[in-house]
Amino acid sequence: MSSDSREAKATRIRHLLRTEGDAVERNTRTFNRGRYDAVAELEAYEEYRNRAREIKERAIENLPELIDEVAAAVEENGGTVYLADDAADANRYVREVVADADAETVVKSKSMTTEELEVNDALEADGIDVWETDLGEFVLQVADETPSHIVAPAIHKSREGIAELFRERFDPDERLETAEDLTMFARGFLGERIREADVGVTGANFVTADSGSIALVTSEGNARKTVTATDTQIAVAGVEKIVPTVEDLHPFVELIGKSGTGQDVTAYVSLLTPPVDAPSLDRDPVAPLSSESADERDFHLVLVDNGRTAMREDDQLRETLYCIRCSACANSCANFQSVGGHAFGGETYSGGIATGWETGVHGYDSAAEFNDLCTGCTRCVNACPVKIDIPWINNVVRDRLNRGGDDGRFEFVYDELVPDEEPGGIDLQKRLFGNYETLAKLGSATAPVSNWVGELGPVRALLERAAGVDERRSLPEFHRETLRDWFSARGPSVSRADADREVVLYPDAYTNYVDVDRGKAAVRVLEALNVHVRIPAVGESGRAPLSQGMIDTADERASRVYAALAEHVDAGRDVVVIEPSDLAMFQREYEKLLPERSFERLRDGSYEILEYVYGCLENGADPSALRRPERPVAYHAHCQQRTLGLERYTTTVFRELGADVLESDVECCGMAGSFGYKTQYYDLSMDVGDRLREQFTSPAARDRLVVASGTSCEEQLGALLERDAAHPVEVLDPARRNRTDR
Amino acid sequence: MESDVLGTFESALQRVDVRLERTTAANVRGILAEVLEPPAVGVPLPFDGVSLPEAVETEPTPDELEAATTGITAVEFAVADYGSVAIRSSPTGEEPVSVYADVHAAVVAASDVLPDMEAAFERLGTDARGGADTVLATGPSATADMGALVTGAHGPKAVHAVVIEDR
Ligand code: SF4
Repeated sequence: MSSDSREAKATRIRHLLRTEGDAVERNTRTFNRGRYDAVAELEAYEEYRNRAREIKERAIENLPELIDEVAAAVEENGGTVYLADDAADANRYVREVVADADAETVVKSKSMTTEELEVNDALEADGIDVWETDLGEFVLQVADETPSHIVAPAIHKSREGIAELFRERFDPDERLETAEDLTMFARGFLGERIREADVGVTGANFVTADSGSIALVTSEGNARKTVTATDTQIAVAGVEKIVPTVEDLHPFVELIGKSGTGQDVTAYVSLLTPPVDAPSLDRDPVAPLSSESADERDFHLVLVDNGRTAMREDDQLRETLYCIRCSACANSCANFQSVGGHAFGGETYSGGIATGWETGVHGYDSAAEFNDLCTGCTRCVNACPVKIDIPWINNVVRDRLNRGGDDGRFEFVYDELVPDEEPGGIDLQKRLFGNYETLAKLGSATAPVSNWVGELGPVRALLERAAGVDERRSLPEFHRETLRDWFSARGPSVSRADADREVVLYPDAYTNYVDVDRGKAAVRVLEALNVHVRIPAVGESGRAPLSQGMIDTADERASRVYAALAEHVDAGRDVVVIEPSDLAMFQREYEKLLPERSFERLRDGSYEILEYVYGCLENGADPSALRRPERPVAYHAHCQQRTLGLERYTTTVFRELGADVLESDVECCGMAGSFGYKTQYYDLSMDVGDRLREQFTSPAARDRLVVASGTSCEEQLGALLERDAAHPVEVLDPARRNRTDR
Repeated sequence: MESDVLGTFESALQRVDVRLERTTAANVRGILAEVLEPPAVGVPLPFDGVSLPEAVETEPTPDELEAATTGITAVEFAVADYGSVAIRSSPTGEEPVSVYADVHAAVVAASDVLPDMEAAFERLGTDARGGADTVLATGPSATADMGALVTGAHGPKAVHAVVIEDR
């Protein structure tokens, strides 16, 4: 990416932060809080997720047979099924049905699939009036905008903005001010459109193969009216919406509302086996409804492929087809909360899983624009009701985009500095951050010269222009003496023979070269608990290249790390990791990079440092060997640590040592590894960080000692607050006993 | 056991702002007469010995439907733990009557109050494979698209549930 396009991107993000950010933030965070509450109450949440995942896996596996089964069932009921290859094919069929019905007006209930196909444009080209009856979609139709969220398409619009829009467009007799006024006006206006419509178009959240039914999950009631009022119904659905049986819908109905808007269940779940049996309203307005009119209804199910069969055959993109479009991944995403779907979406879909959808249905170009916005924080992973590894899909697409890229102008400078296994053409910024280990090694070997060179104005300006490293960020300071050097010279202070247990402390690149003090503290804390510590020569986990979409490099790093640790694991030594994002590599991403058995052994033998401290204390180690925090603590867990459910060990250890702990509930600090360093994302990173700043400058937190588990979180907190943050092990370090907390 | 299910149903309904009346077949007509605000439309109730109040129009035109304040229908069954009612979309007209009026009064037999969604989907499976159309409705219709939560987006603003305990 050139510095011009980085600047253009930054400008666009600033614009969205200003215009749409507040409304999106308010709404997504409300949905998100609702989700937390709703799933906390659902005992069987995990069980439903497993069932949902299993049903989807099976359905996609057997998709061709299920399509045949649906077609037979719908036809048996008296409807028609059309299998459309792509958007043009689907639109042609819809236009034919509408023309056959002699329709002038079509009403639609909300359907992202019809957005994907641009059905409205196709019908309008034939002179048909098309009306969106979902109130959010209606607002966008009037404003001539695209959805910015898959569940709440107009989430970025404020009440004032909608009032203004209606005033301009409809010039209503009465002043519309409240949400109630606006809703009732739209209900009245759309009620008339529904009454005069000849064809009703809906989507389908699910299609059941056994009965030929469609399930519609809605809250407003517009889908019910759209179907009931018109004689001809067209349901448009991606082929991935099919599940084998009606009973299979059960886990999804339990999960979808809770995952999306945080409601226990949406107001309406329609399970229709069309043509529906309700009397038609599309007749004489003053003649009584007649049950005979139910017999004259016509139904068309348009099953859309549009790239889905190819996704099914793609081992990495296939999971995207399990998505039930609940929006939890978007709502739980810190960056999405700040900028919304207009920054975070391609031609149609937005939010976390949009990369998978856009790549599959519109191609890589459509996904390229926003794919970078995924920082890999993984907060969406636990939110997804069908357990899709959304960050992994983003990594895969990033990797494929790297391979197709042609922005290699600075390659010659960097081939020496940042050798890697990846093909040429990867943008310089990505290569720089992806090869952090090489940089760190070089920086450490030449420290302190490298540090003040890095701080020199002209060098920073060049770094910003060429590689997009934002000048406003302070760069890491490299230490001449690495953690491993220090430890080799010092040796362990608890011998193997005397120790209760044996640990391999993983020297991640940051701890080893930059935050050496945190590594020393970790050694002393472990030794205070009577642990024999070793620090072997192990390289970077692969996190840095993976975050830039350099999967081959990450893969190679993973193999090296495993080779270096395998013997220790076999010897029964526990692997202890300080940096949560590296532990997350071992526990999550290595599943994709290592043979299954290797992955499982490393996963089962590795621990986060405070998790390990907790385990030692539980097993009888003496807590008085550790330093007690002397001030109340404000703690921000790392996002990946939270995804793994590990943050509770830190708070428990602190509390057991008598500290008062307040934990932040902000999804992500906004720094997210290299993300916050990139000039094009600096403002976004700070906007996300603002939520953490607000929380930690509140009266309840203002005077607390700030503690954070992640490197980049510490960096960000330092920038946001006027206080430095410490890692938990530094707080517990017995060597700091006589020092007061900062 | 059954009373437990009804208790669960009642508290779930409270969470979604729906008032529940528990009554006997003999009193249904009286209760409905109290609940309804005219003009009212309705579908004849399929319970022995139960009829609709006089004022209810049972053969409404589309215009009358649109103008109705109250719509009264029986429902196929209810789901206790969510406070949902299953509206059948049959040729008799339960679906339009329940969605067009501002208030939906849903009448259900106590024996048709199922404990949970699991049971509901067992029943829905059989019904759907037999060609039935059913809407699981939970609370009033709602939207947050206009900047705040509003009930009565396209469907009813309020819902009443009437359980007939001796049916
Ligand atoms: S990927 Fe998962 S969380 Fe995101 S919309 Fe799809 S189902 Fe929901």
